[in-house]
Amino acid sequence: MDEFQTLVDADERIEPRDAMPEAYRRTLIRQIAQHAHSEIIGMQPEGNWISRAPSLRRKAILMAKVQDEAGHGLYLYGAAETLGVDRAELLDLLHEGKQRYSSIFNYPTLTWADMGAIGWLVDGAAIVNQVPICRCSYGPYARAMVRICKEESFHQRQGFEILHTLSRGTAAQHAMAQDAVDRWWWPSLMMFGPPDDQSPNSAQSMAWRIKRFSNDDLRQKFVDMTVPQAEVLGLTLPDPQIRWNAERGHHDFGDIDWSEFFAVLNGNGPCNAVRLERRRRAHEEGAWVREAATAYADKHRRVSSTAGAA
Amino acid sequence: MSKRRDWPLWEVFIRSRRGLSHQHVGSLHAPDAAMALRNARDVYTRRSEGVSIWVVPAAAIVASSPDEKDAFFDPAADKAYRHPTFYDVPAEVQHL
Ligand SMILES: [Fe+2]
Ligand SMILES: [Fe+2]
Repeated sequence: MDEFQTLVDADERIEPRDAMPEAYRRTLIRQIAQHAHSEIIGMQPEGNWISRAPSLRRKAILMAKVQDEAGHGLYLYGAAETLGVDRAELLDLLHEGKQRYSSIFNYPTLTWADMGAIGWLVDGAAIVNQVPICRCSYGPYARAMVRICKEESFHQRQGFEILHTLSRGTAAQHAMAQDAVDRWWWPSLMMFGPPDDQSPNSAQSMAWRIKRFSNDDLRQKFVDMTVPQAEVLGLTLPDPQIRWNAERGHHDFGDIDWSEFFAVLNGNGPCNAVRLERRRRAHEEGAWVREAATAYADKHRRVSSTAGAA
Repeated sequence: MSKRRDWPLWEVFIRSRRGLSHQHVGSLHAPDAAMALRNARDVYTRRSEGVSIWVVPAAAIVASSPDEKDAFFDPAADKAYRHPTFYDVPAEVQHL
C-alpha cells in the first residue's frame, strides 16, 4: 500500500488493476456512481422543456445538451465499472434510493427561463466542481472528466445566451429571467457541498487527491466568476450581502440556508419522489428493448456458429 | 438459464483523423458488435471526434498484470545503450 501512496503523492495516476486501499476503492465507487446518477437524473428537469422550447434552434440545442448528459452518465458508469462493480448494480442502488444524486435536480423547472438558469448556474457550478477532477488520482475517472468538461462549456454558454436574450426582451421576459435566477442561485451554491468544517470526508479525499480544493474554496471561486457575468446579463443575484472585499480579493456573500440543503438531501425536496419514480419507470419500460436486443444478438450468434460448422 | 444482468462490455478505440492510430477512449455495453459500433458513434463522436472506430469485446483483451510489472519489464531497464543519448559524441559533430 505504500507504493499506492507514493504514486499518489508523486501526482501519478492510479490505474484499475493497481493495488489500492479498500477505502479508496469504496470512496471512488460511491462518488463516481453518485456523479453518474446525477448526470442521468439531470436529464429530467431539462427534458421537461424540450417539447416547449420557443424555437427550433432552441429545441435542437436543448436536445443536444440532454443527450450530452446521457453520455456523461455513460462515461462515468464506465469509469466506476473499472473498480469492479457492475453498472446494473449501481442502477439498482439508485432505484432503491440507496445511492444519491445531486440535490440540485430535485428542484422543479417552472418556466423556459429555467433552462437558461440551469445552463448558466447549475452547469457553471458543475464545471467549477469538475475541472479539478480532470487531475484526480484515479485515471479512468480523470479521463472521463476531461471528456465531460469539454462538453460542459457549451452547456453553460447556451444557458447564458438564453438568459441574455430574455433579459433584453420584453419586461415580462426580463422578469421571467430574473425569477429563474432568484430560484436557482442558492441551490447552485449548495452544489459545492457543506461548509468545510462540516465536511468530514474532505480531508481524506484531499490526501488521496480525489479532491483538490475544499468545498468553500470552490464555492468562492464560483461566486467570483458569476458576479460580473450577472452584471453583463443585467440580472441581480438574490443576495444583498454580495460585495467585493478588496482585502480578501474575493466577493463576500450571505449565509446559505443549510437546513434546506439537508432537507432536500434527505428526500424532502419538491421533486425527489417524481425524479426517482420517473427513472424507475423509464428503466422498467425499457426492459423489453434490452431483452429483445439480447435475444436478437444470441440468435445471430447461434446462426453464425451453425453456419461456421457446416 | 443464467440471466445476464447487462449487455457485454466493449472497449472503444477511435482514430481521430487520418495519419493517427486508434486510441482508447472508453467503454460501453452493447448486445452485439453492430450495436456497439452505433452506440460508440453516438456517444464518442458526437462532435466529429473520429473518422474510424474499433470496438473490441473487453473479455477478449489480454493484459500484462501490474503485479508482475517489475519482473516483466525488467529486461529493458539495464539497456540504456538502446537510447541515442547513451553515446558520447564530440560537440563539433553535426547532423548525428
Ligand atoms: Fe453533465
Ligand atoms: Fe451539463
